[in-house]
Amino acid sequence: MSLLTAEQIDPALAVDRAQERPGIRRRRGANDDPFVVKWAIILVAFAFLALFIVLPLINVFVQAFSKGREAYFAAITEPVAVSAITLTLTVAAISVVLNTVFGLIAAWAIAKFQFRGKSFLISLVDLPFSVSPVIAGLVFVLLFGLQGIFGPALHASDIKIIFALPGLVLATVFVTFPFIMRELIPLMQEQGTQEEEAAILLGASGLRTFWRITLPNVKWALLYGVLLCNARAMGEFGAVSVVSGHIRGETNTMPLHIEILYNEYQFQASFAVATLLAGLAIVTLIAKAFLESRIGKGNRP
Amino acid sequence: MSGASAIGLRRYRSVIPGFGITMGITILWLSLIVLIPLAALFLKTTELSLDRFVQIVTSDRVLNALRLSFGLSLAAAAVNLVFGSLIVWAITRYTFPGRRILDALIDIPFALPTAVAGIALTNLYAENGWLGALLAPLGIKVSFTPLGIFVALVFIGLPFVVRTVQPVLEDLDKELEEVAATLGASRWTAVSRVVLPTIFPALLTGFALAFARAVGEYGSVIFIAGNLPNVSEIAPLLIVIRLEEFRYADATAIASVMLIASFILLFIINWLQRWSEKRVGGQ
Repeated sequence: MSLLTAEQIDPALAVDRAQERPGIRRRRGANDDPFVVKWAIILVAFAFLALFIVLPLINVFVQAFSKGREAYFAAITEPVAVSAITLTLTVAAISVVLNTVFGLIAAWAIAKFQFRGKSFLISLVDLPFSVSPVIAGLVFVLLFGLQGIFGPALHASDIKIIFALPGLVLATVFVTFPFIMRELIPLMQEQGTQEEEAAILLGASGLRTFWRITLPNVKWALLYGVLLCNARAMGEFGAVSVVSGHIRGETNTMPLHIEILYNEYQFQASFAVATLLAGLAIVTLIAKAFLESRIGKGNRP
Repeated sequence: MSGASAIGLRRYRSVIPGFGITMGITILWLSLIVLIPLAALFLKTTELSLDRFVQIVTSDRVLNALRLSFGLSLAAAAVNLVFGSLIVWAITRYTFPGRRILDALIDIPFALPTAVAGIALTNLYAENGWLGALLAPLGIKVSFTPLGIFVALVFIGLPFVVRTVQPVLEDLDKELEEVAATLGASRWTAVSRVVLPTIFPALLTGFALAFARAVGEYGSVIFIAGNLPNVSEIAPLLIVIRLEEFRYADATAIASVMLIASFILLFIINWLQRWSEKRVGGQ
């Protein structure tokens, strides 16, 4: 989100505006596109976003309330829905905590030291982004499923990973793996090691340096990563779908619950649960805009 | 430290403590969550004989699914490239009411869970939906056809193009265009000969990212696709179907083909980014 005013981005604009007094005709600058071209492009931009993004979003809320408020609240408070919501919150909480702890550890190792193979290690961190969510689920089935590599051993010792909470967490951690690290690593590299070195030389322990120097320096970026990680963790569908087993009231997360309702033609109930996730997306974007103003950075994927 | 040095990581001297333990934990965590699971996929694939593997991935249904996934992803990324560029241009170059809102809306496909996007688009483009009802008299069916898959892939890919090109266009020195104009270039010449070559690497990267995301996409597609074998069945769905039929070998073979394709894509994207950094840095 651009936080600069138009005049700051383009000083020429400030001059242009100053000239916009009655009686003085404003002349087109070298970089100004013809009036028609400008408004045609703006119109196309609005039309495209309205068609592909705004309408679907509005549709979610309209369909959810299509049978009135009572039907809406009934859909989101029925026991199966509540258990799906609880499960989603649980899985997201565990995944976010794990990714935060290991993200901070990895960022410390990667950003604060010089070693060979660093850029290779960073590209490995980004690897899950380029793996289809379905494949992210599949790999854990191949490891821990009944026919999987560790399947027989797990079965013998009566440990359930696939079609149970651990599988859901593993698949979610996999798809959200890069989110926090890729916010922390570039920032910590940029900040350098001088402050930490000073603290160590003054006698602080490594852990104390981390808590008092490093963590406060990266807190907004960390929060930003946590926010994106959480949004993806709660909304993940493909990877979770493969490892869940779709046991109603037990291993169904919110997105999977939405799918089941939709496939059973309970459209209104399905959209009602979907509004919760759509609301999460909107809150995430607003919080993201706020954090970007704190960190002072622009948008990026 | 021994774990770190064993894989060839060597650090330079530093007063900051904790390299050994944090690097060890990092590599352990990365291996447990990402590397070993992905390796398991290839390990399982090697259990298949080469003949069997070829037989699976060249069967009509698999080839049709792969063709559909890659073809439609390419088409959707191309559409995103065109409209994404126009949107970036509008956001970075013009001031108009609603510009900030337009900018904020771009991220919706990132934040909105794919299942929600899937049911919303399906409902919207179904024959009795808001848009589907308008298109039906024209004989255009979107939901439950390959066209529907295309719409979903356009939806999820848009932010990748916009957010990759936007910073580059924001940083672009406008004086270059002014120089071109004072030297007598028309506006169109200035844009096509000065602006376009500068943002070209970013456009390519955005295109590749949108394409890569679309190829693997599952959640938003399966609702709207109709999922007819050989017609509107995407490759990720075929993996899920084979898995549910307990035909693990088939699922694994298709997955490894897709995974190798996305690794090649990732390699190209990395190379593009390095190339563009060099170009921008050299100017």
